[in-house]
Amino acid sequence: MKIQFQLNGKYVQPEIEADMLLLDLVRELGCASVKRGCETANCGLCTVLMDGKPVLSCSVLAARADGHSVTTMEGLQEEAEEAGRFLAEEGGEQCGFCSPGFLMNVLAMERELKHPDEEAIKEYLAGNLCRCSGYMSQLRAVKKYLERKGA
Amino acid sequence: MSGKNWNGPVKGREEELAYNQKVYEAHEKKYVGAPVIKKDAMALVTGKPVYTDDLAPKDCLVVKVLRSPHAHAIVREIETATAEKVPGIECILTWKDVPRNRFTMAGQTYPEPSPYDRLILDQRVRFVGDAVAIVAGGTEKAVDQAMRLIRVKYQVLDAILDFHKAKDSQILVHPEPDWKSLIPVGADNSRNLCACGVEQDGDVDEVLKGCAHVVEQTYHVKANQQAMMETFRAYSYLDTYGRLNVVASTQIPFHARRILAQALDIPKSKVRVVKPRIGGGFGAKQTVVAEVYPAIVTWMTGKPARIVYSRYESQIASSPRHEMEVKVRLGSDENGILQAIDVYTLSNTGAYGEHGPTTVGLSGHKSIPLYRTPKAFRFSYDVVYTNVMSAGAYRGYGATQGIFAVESAVNELADKLHMDPAALRLKNMVREGDVMPAYYGETALSCALDRCMKRAADMIGWKDKYPYRDMGNGKVRGVGVAMAMQGSSISSIDVGSVSMKVNDDGFYTLMVGCSDMGTGCDTVLAQIAADCMDCSYEDIVVYGTDTDISPYDSGSYASSTTYLTGMAVVKTCEKLREKILDKAAEYLECSRDELEFDGRRVYQVGGSKEISLKDIGNQVMCNNCDALSASESHSSPTSPPPFMVGMAEVEIDKETGELELIDYVAAVDCGTVVNPNLARVQTEGGLAQGIGMALYEDVNYSRTGRFMENSLMQYKIPTRQDVGNIRVEFEPSYEPNGPFGAKSIGEIVINTPSPAIASAVRHAVGVTVRELPITPEKICRGMHPENF
Amino acid sequence: MFQARDYVRPSTLEEAYQLCQKRRNVVIGGMMWLKMENASKQSIIDLSALGLDQIEEKEEEFQIGCMATLRMLETHEGLNREFDGIFRECTRHIVGVQFRNGATVGGSVYGRFGFSDILTCLLALDAEVELYKGGRMKLSEFAAKPLSVNDRDILVRLYVKKDGRRASYHTMRQTKTDFPVLAVCVAETKESWQVSVGARPQRAKAVELKKEEGISAAELAAKAAGCFTYGTNLRATADYRAYLAEVIIRRLMEKQMENRASQEESR
Repeated sequence: MKIQFQLNGKYVQPEIEADMLLLDLVRELGCASVKRGCETANCGLCTVLMDGKPVLSCSVLAARADGHSVTTMEGLQEEAEEAGRFLAEEGGEQCGFCSPGFLMNVLAMERELKHPDEEAIKEYLAGNLCRCSGYMSQLRAVKKYLERKGA
Repeated sequence: MSGKNWNGPVKGREEELAYNQKVYEAHEKKYVGAPVIKKDAMALVTGKPVYTDDLAPKDCLVVKVLRSPHAHAIVREIETATAEKVPGIECILTWKDVPRNRFTMAGQTYPEPSPYDRLILDQRVRFVGDAVAIVAGGTEKAVDQAMRLIRVKYQVLDAILDFHKAKDSQILVHPEPDWKSLIPVGADNSRNLCACGVEQDGDVDEVLKGCAHVVEQTYHVKANQQAMMETFRAYSYLDTYGRLNVVASTQIPFHARRILAQALDIPKSKVRVVKPRIGGGFGAKQTVVAEVYPAIVTWMTGKPARIVYSRYESQIASSPRHEMEVKVRLGSDENGILQAIDVYTLSNTGAYGEHGPTTVGLSGHKSIPLYRTPKAFRFSYDVVYTNVMSAGAYRGYGATQGIFAVESAVNELADKLHMDPAALRLKNMVREGDVMPAYYGETALSCALDRCMKRAADMIGWKDKYPYRDMGNGKVRGVGVAMAMQGSSISSIDVGSVSMKVNDDGFYTLMVGCSDMGTGCDTVLAQIAADCMDCSYEDIVVYGTDTDISPYDSGSYASSTTYLTGMAVVKTCEKLREKILDKAAEYLECSRDELEFDGRRVYQVGGSKEISLKDIGNQVMCNNCDALSASESHSSPTSPPPFMVGMAEVEIDKETGELELIDYVAAVDCGTVVNPNLARVQTEGGLAQGIGMALYEDVNYSRTGRFMENSLMQYKIPTRQDVGNIRVEFEPSYEPNGPFGAKSIGEIVINTPSPAIASAVRHAVGVTVRELPITPEKICRGMHPENF
Repeated sequence: MFQARDYVRPSTLEEAYQLCQKRRNVVIGGMMWLKMENASKQSIIDLSALGLDQIEEKEEEFQIGCMATLRMLETHEGLNREFDGIFRECTRHIVGVQFRNGATVGGSVYGRFGFSDILTCLLALDAEVELYKGGRMKLSEFAAKPLSVNDRDILVRLYVKKDGRRASYHTMRQTKTDFPVLAVCVAETKESWQVSVGARPQRAKAVELKKEEGISAAELAAKAAGCFTYGTNLRATADYRAYLAEVIIRRLMEKQMENRASQEESR
């Protein structure tokens, strides 16, 4: 079947199978930042924004993207670079495999929550697993990012 | 430039340069010790396609493995004809189609201590999940369909699922006559023994008899999964010359080349292994878990092939920690001075022997030497085969298991003596300058363990919090402590090498054979090189790792890279500086002795002649007979231990046993800290893994040998809400044999949480948990036995 | 692996219902759990074009469309105001924000999963479900029915009455976002206590206990906890769950009694 949706601001019209998952579709369409870390909706590595909301692309049917807008890190390079630099300055990206999904959710959090405290940050980001960092450097980076000048 | 430019260059370079310059200036213009940003950081945080599966050609065959549903069986018949008819199926391989060369998947220096007990596909399957057939096809759907259509007749055999019953069992896991152990590690396949041995100094039994206090307990650590976010994966293709190229998420490219050549029975010259960015390893990828499958498909079909393990496969058929049961006998005099330590470890290597003979060693070698006082020690062990998933290498590599046991026993001894366990340790711990009889007789040339203990105690407020505080709301808080050590590389075995060359305009290329797996070793090695060459960190381009190009390095494991490959960088830079001076002397037409090199130029001391490195770099590209490059290797006769102290504060609900980790502090002596950010994050990350192991990550098998925690839904690694507050500080010593005084940090950091948290629980509510993980139910049952 | 040949997004409930009559077809909610099943289906029926992703507050009740997400429950001001924040409490531990932006109320309730926080919460509130053909019925009745391939009706909405009941919710979990070891919701009207216990690890059930003078929370809790059966899985044993149920029910009751006392005082 053919669907049409906005991927990172551009209209795409891919031919898909009914049971295809959005994760596999966006990777096929060149968005390699979107990773798969599990098959059970637990890791958060596949986080993309659908109509601005963070969702697990491993659990969204590609067919459901029809008529919607999907944003991956490929479409948010400037934001990723700005937020990512705070992570890099902590050495917190480590292997980096979870970084895109994590930062996508950080960007979503920034849009959704006003002045979150530490507990709120942890709760919002709890669905993003990381096995390298122990999370402390991520928390330091997120706090600095949210408190940055001009924010 | 537009943010929507998908394939544009990595952005943020200017800010990154400015940041690195700032931290360099702040650190007295030295890179060693400065928290510079990782070389690859901006590519990673902006989601660039740099990992194995991002790079795989689109036309790769999809490779999957059909796995055994039985813990122990013989494949009597296997019918693939129907499956082969599925459109798009390229090949289906069974045990009849693979070379008959036994090998080990363990990434170790040849001759490997791990026995040669594997075939790519064997007629005998030895655990639920063992490989039965390899299926390759054009699409995942076709391969899945074909997998469902393969008919296998198994002769199901009795299995050994309890590792206590493995040694000398009637059931043999490896009865095959071509099973082979290369070096004497006490292996005997007719007894299900992968290794056994005993080491001792003094008469432990006699000394224990004379002790005022003896603790004798058994501790059990399960086969935890590394659970790195990127599962096992590799792809392969044939190049212009018909050679097998394998791009793999591996910590051991050179061992992988050797193992693949052996498994496929082809010359090593026919194999090239390339490691791109890796999404975490923690030892999992020190075993060639997945590479053989696409490799054999490519070799037999000539077509590119790729395998990506599902999380399920990564959980059920991989290379987790060795389950160990460690029995400790510990004796002290009336004042708490330790007199003897006796450790017996029973280690479960599972169906295959990867890392079996070596991990067990660390359970004694990295626990007993923490104490200087004992007059006698004994360390004995058995490593047994069973019909569960093969174990492998996981951060800590046996030390974690041994330290949980010995440190828990020491904590129990302190409680028995009504003595502060921190104070008891200060009386007994190893000190700088001590000879360590249980550590190959090595001398602790650098050791700040005593300072670590005091620092950690200050950080957590030990004096006010030990042993517990009733919070008055049904909750009680307890604190606990543990020490740890590890090594820095495998002494007299591991090799670290780099090669470095001067390019036009004078920038350097540093080719490394180690494997950055997110740890940041490419960065750390560049920092060392920059200080050695008195140049900017930005002038060092690091390239790794490619077995055709990189100099031989045993790989990134055994806490070796900063220490060993770092030293190879120091030696290589010394050589290269000499060569630069030689070249300058030639160009300046004066004696080399008159010249000095300040990183930017070579100049005549007390004279006027000088030439810039840029000019030298450009000039050697014309009419030159000596390459301006150097390459050095390094091995270390010793393995200097890093040391650390961890302290935990837990809060327990007195009624339910619910546990909240409040605070975890660590003071670490890793020698000179080369990059404080990266060392800190290594520590925080290792502690979080240790916390996961201590509290959440359980391992259970069904009665038929099926691994139950087979997903991240069931195997619960901690989230950011489950690790409390982790705080890390450094207490550096100076290791004379390390580059700039550095030792290792990668592994030691996982060792303290289990014993420290167990002791904190004991102090809080008087319940002793000796089998991990420490769950609320175990605590509750201990507190309220009358209710159960 | 979950497989299907076709994907259909009906524009009327009738169309969805007709499609649903074929056993090889399946209605999807958020797909969170379904996609992990090893099932091969003909058609996927997606209800997302039916405007059922709304939570509406009426004078007498809340109407929750089956396609409303768990995140909507979590952040819905009216629901949380009316029921002391339990909708936030019963959702915020479920995996992560992204998961809750996908998972639907209809999927959670229809699936009648043993681990369901949502079912546990809604049962104590005596919610009702609306089925396309079957009409409105008590959630307790619906939840007690076994999942059957013959059951081809479509869950359209849930209704939660604003009957002034006070409620509180607590789960015990090992990691914070894991399935519960046990989930408990306690609600209270003038006449009685409604106690539901989920993740036992069987499907949640609720019991009602009439209020009587002079009975302590501890006695009530013991009585309530005794009404359920408990089982063993990887997360805990039946014995521990039984013990825990009594403790958590008692604590929630005590908390509500205290709240009530302090409210009466402040009046």
